[in-house]
Amino acid sequence: MVDLSVKIGQMCLKNPVMTASGTYGFGEEYADLVDLSRLGGIVVKGTTLEPRQGNPYPRMVETPSGMINAVGLQNKGVDYLVEHIYPRIKDYDTALVVNVSGRTVEDYAAVCERLRTLDKIAAVEINISCPNVKQGGMSWGTTTAGCESVVSACRRAWDRTMIVKLTPNVTDITEIARAAEAAGADSVSLVNTFLGMAIDVERRRPYLSTITGGLSGAAIRPIAVRMVWQVSQAVKVPVIGLGGIMNGRDAVEFLLAGASAVQIGTANFIDPQVTIKAIDYIRDYMERHGIERIADLRML
Amino acid sequence: MLWRIMKQIIDFEVTECAQMGPNYALLRLRPLRGEMPSIEPGQFVQVEVPNSKTTYLRRPISVNYADRHELWLLVRRAGAGTNALCNLPEGARLNIMLPLGHGFSTDVRGRALLVGGGVGVAPLRMLGRRLLAQGVEVHFLLGARTSADVLQLDLFRQTAETHVATEDGSWGHKGLVTAHPILQEPWDHIACCGPMPMMKAVAAIARERGIDCEVSLENVMACGLGACLCCVEDTADHGNVCVCQEGPVFNIKRLKW
Repeated sequence: MVDLSVKIGQMCLKNPVMTASGTYGFGEEYADLVDLSRLGGIVVKGTTLEPRQGNPYPRMVETPSGMINAVGLQNKGVDYLVEHIYPRIKDYDTALVVNVSGRTVEDYAAVCERLRTLDKIAAVEINISCPNVKQGGMSWGTTTAGCESVVSACRRAWDRTMIVKLTPNVTDITEIARAAEAAGADSVSLVNTFLGMAIDVERRRPYLSTITGGLSGAAIRPIAVRMVWQVSQAVKVPVIGLGGIMNGRDAVEFLLAGASAVQIGTANFIDPQVTIKAIDYIRDYMERHGIERIADLRML
Repeated sequence: MLWRIMKQIIDFEVTECAQMGPNYALLRLRPLRGEMPSIEPGQFVQVEVPNSKTTYLRRPISVNYADRHELWLLVRRAGAGTNALCNLPEGARLNIMLPLGHGFSTDVRGRALLVGGGVGVAPLRMLGRRLLAQGVEVHFLLGARTSADVLQLDLFRQTAETHVATEDGSWGHKGLVTAHPILQEPWDHIACCGPMPMMKAVAAIARERGIDCEVSLENVMACGLGACLCCVEDTADHGNVCVCQEGPVFNIKRLKW
């Protein structure tokens, strides 16, 4: 009998497939098309202390097997989430994770503090990896000291499960992962997007208003798999793998690389039902290979 | 709206892919199973692009015609993705998400001018038929570079009085739609879909003369569901909002241009 359940910190997931922050709204955007109760978890859109308008349009360009976005953490702020969105999503029968971002250490901690009143939020995902904001975001995730300061402050403000989302735009991602673990992270998720750029050669201008943005999609998958493999050997906490997962096979690849769970992001834009198909694929795969628990999915 | 139509993902079969000159094709599609949900004029669909090595995301295409058993998409060859769609053979399968977004307002009285540019004429005949059925006096004004870019002219003429402007004068009035004399008549409502400079010019005229006016935007999109926040338009009332969800049709009162 295959058991798909996974534990990340104190958070129980019914299966290892979650949705990646920023690609799934608050879940409700997909509710017509997906039975949300089948998902392992939903990581909702990055939330900051104050509302943010994000970056000017254009914010997205399609690239080979991927896309570059520069949304810039547009969101209505944590108070709006608490008062208006949470009541609509709190009864979804899946693990709810709020992705938290900020400019200052105090911002991050204040958002966590505010979320503590929400019983149904199983975990926070501390985003020290957004490449599309001028202050904060990725800048906290590119040094061990920056990572340590944000993660410890959030640790003091949040006693449930805390995931730290890492940027791949660093020389050695294992260093940052170890710093997050040492500062109290229950899990690390990786990778956020790669800093990228694309130019409209006829107009001789960059496609994005911000010139550079975050590359996601299948194009980044082999690099993401490599980083998940490295980090899973460097830390003891469970690793959540993401980066270009397009289907169930790709999800299994991350689990074999050492991830305990996965997140699917960009692929939802192409097939909104990809998460459900991936869950079914993983179950079939485990039956086929005679593997009973997710933790036993390992490379030979 | 108190109720809304559920979004669906449906497999279609291409029953015809009719080339309309070198730059456009009309895809006629039939759902493989079941019936189509009801679609409002100006709503759009997200089409998965098969057999395209260099594209990745779905393509948002406005609905040209829909009934319970058929869907028409008028597609311009704008790049690799739409090119692949225009080259689909009869019998090909297409996976489509629909219906998406908010279409044109149908709460219109009096005289309405429906202005389309190039492939932007696609959603206007559906809207015209709806307004005619409500007793609105409808005129179409179609703009294009040349006569070859005036699409579905016969269908428009069968529906309501139709005026044409081509930039090279090869059909109808010579010049841009905004210079067409029909625009000078008194109108209660203008609905417009076409290239951005055309929509901005039409909106400027409507604003100057105090005519209620809606435009259909085509900001670059990824999800089509209001989740990724890529396709935003900066509005006067709510800042950046998703064109795929709150649009694609906006009253110009909400826009900053």
